[in-house]
Amino acid sequence: MEVIKIATAGSVDDGKSTLIGRILYDTKSLTTDKLEAIEKTSKQRGYDYLDFSLATDGLVAEREQGITIDVAHIYFSTAKKSYIIADTPGHVEYTRNMVTGASTSQASIILIDARKGVIEQTNRHFFINNLLRIKDVVVAINKMDLVDYSEDIYNKIKADFTELMSKRDYQDQKITFIPVSALKGDNVVNKSQKMPWYKGQSLLEHFEQLDKADIYNVGTPRFPVQYVIRPKTEEFHDFRGYAGKIYGGELSVGDDILVLPSKTRSKIKDIYFYDQKYQTASRRSSVTITLENDINVSRGDMIVKDGDLPTIDKEFTANVCWMDSKQLVPGAKYVVQHGINKVLGRVERINHKIHPDYSGIEKNVTELGVNDIASVTFKLNKPIFYDQFKNHRTNGSFILIDTQSNNTVGAGFIQ
Amino acid sequence: MNKDTSHINSLENEAIYIIREVAAQFEKPVLLFSGGKDSITLVRLAVKAFYPAKIPFPLMHIDTGHNFPETIEFRDRLVKELGLELIVRNVQDSIDEGKVKEESGRYASRNQLQTTTLLDAIEEFKFDACIGGARRDEEKARAKERIFSVRDDFGQWDEKKQRPELFDMLNGQINLGQNVRVFPISNWTELDVWSYIEQENIEIPSIYFAHTRKVFLRDGMIWSAEDEVVYRDDNEQVIEELVRFRTVGDMSCTAAVLSDATTISKVVEEIRESTISERGARIDDKRSEAAMEKRKQQGYF
Repeated sequence: MEVIKIATAGSVDDGKSTLIGRILYDTKSLTTDKLEAIEKTSKQRGYDYLDFSLATDGLVAEREQGITIDVAHIYFSTAKKSYIIADTPGHVEYTRNMVTGASTSQASIILIDARKGVIEQTNRHFFINNLLRIKDVVVAINKMDLVDYSEDIYNKIKADFTELMSKRDYQDQKITFIPVSALKGDNVVNKSQKMPWYKGQSLLEHFEQLDKADIYNVGTPRFPVQYVIRPKTEEFHDFRGYAGKIYGGELSVGDDILVLPSKTRSKIKDIYFYDQKYQTASRRSSVTITLENDINVSRGDMIVKDGDLPTIDKEFTANVCWMDSKQLVPGAKYVVQHGINKVLGRVERINHKIHPDYSGIEKNVTELGVNDIASVTFKLNKPIFYDQFKNHRTNGSFILIDTQSNNTVGAGFIQ
Repeated sequence: MNKDTSHINSLENEAIYIIREVAAQFEKPVLLFSGGKDSITLVRLAVKAFYPAKIPFPLMHIDTGHNFPETIEFRDRLVKELGLELIVRNVQDSIDEGKVKEESGRYASRNQLQTTTLLDAIEEFKFDACIGGARRDEEKARAKERIFSVRDDFGQWDEKKQRPELFDMLNGQINLGQNVRVFPISNWTELDVWSYIEQENIEIPSIYFAHTRKVFLRDGMIWSAEDEVVYRDDNEQVIEELVRFRTVGDMSCTAAVLSDATTISKVVEEIRESTISERGARIDDKRSEAAMEKRKQQGYF
């Protein structure tokens, strides 16, 4: 089984860090020295319980403010699977961090405080999860211990959230509701004795039973050429290999292929992984491919199966999450990095801003500020080879790079 | 035969992708090699990434002068076998030039002094990308580190200005004077590294395996008494124990663990059952809760 990456989203004080700490504790992933450090600090602060959030809130600024600022990665494994949790902050000013964390995740946890129910922030967390097309979402209704483990409260929150679900764009997203208490450990790793009315799985049990098909949307194979390998040694005198990672599906020896943008036809001769040859290589393999014909292929070109072309265009419209304090305005130019391919792009127009709480869109927008999400049309100086994000998560996304600061200033999902 | 995507292989595929991006996006990359298991793993991954061509960048070792002799021997042999270029820069030179001052006392270590030597070497060779074996699971501040981590002219890490990293798109564009630290095994855990070493049958220095060593105890940790590098009080008694090293850094800050693991598979088993974290044996992290974050801001790896 591959590594499953789970994004977490919650509001301030929803107990997200406590939940993660609890998972680590109950799966015995906290080592003695880390546990001792938590015990020591909890005692120093005069708590009569173990503050598991200390296990994850890593930076000094966070410990001072008691909140999570950046995306932190936490690792643990069970006998069955390996997990990475991307712990992202929940406040509105950290929307970009949430988008970042969600972009590399296959599953997610949305935390709701049982005392507060579905709030404005919950809408946004769900919106981002849905925008990024995360296939498996768990809505963890936390702090059940503070509402007497009430089934009525759980049902009310579930009903409120279900109402929200009708507004989502990605309808096939699987959503599971689980009542938990991170502090007391109910339904996190172990099933709770206090909620006999809940017949479902604990949070970890849920992730443990997920299959590849539950978390991956497998698109058609795309092979962007990352690096051309030419050893020029006696043994490999004429070797010309195209190194890259396969996105979606699989490629096999003998496949008829097209090289973009030239649309030159060829066949796959060999697929190497290190010094071994393989008949077939599947998605996410970093392989080296050789072709039957001696044709000119360079970095940024894309190898695809003949008859299965992506869109080749100098213009596209995408949902953009803006991440920079300097505004995005029509006419501005950015480097568009689509996979490993970089082109220059100009903002043609901002079509509309999307309120990330499902409250609708705003037209006649002249600029985008940090954390804004909007539909934007770009024109490029060279065509790229893309798929719609809904059909291909990797070949349908891109980042925007500021031409002066070189910083990553936005992310986009092609429509 | 199909390329499978088991847990360890998916990490391997990710690391190879990252290493290839470094070779493609930068003009003068270098692989920082310490002789420890993580950097040995990196070399293996780099070999795989470019086969049948050679690794298209040199290795660089910042030598504290306090390395385990086994590590240096191993380093030289590996470089020769793979036909790679090795650059060595010495902390001793930085001390002799008066750029840094040797620490003194019980906890004296050259670990922190490495930073100056490293930054000078980056400047000297105009390296724009340094590949390192740091992992996010090692320490809390490292949990937020990027895969491409941009450093300013002073080699410093500003955790508030980190670039977002989305999907697997790596933005290696930098301004003049900046350089990037690259961490291809960011998402590996200590156990993953050991499992990979076992799976690939990678050779590692002998000090990682159980051996009899003269040691002394301090603060509940086991220190090597075989070299003069580690400061020892007269009342700290030397005993012989069966130990191995779990992490191999500067001798002055690397403690041993009791172990009878003489083979890789026994080491893997030991790590799997271990209840102490890897950096628990690194005294430099115990100086304060925020020790690592502070060192990183100063340019430490």
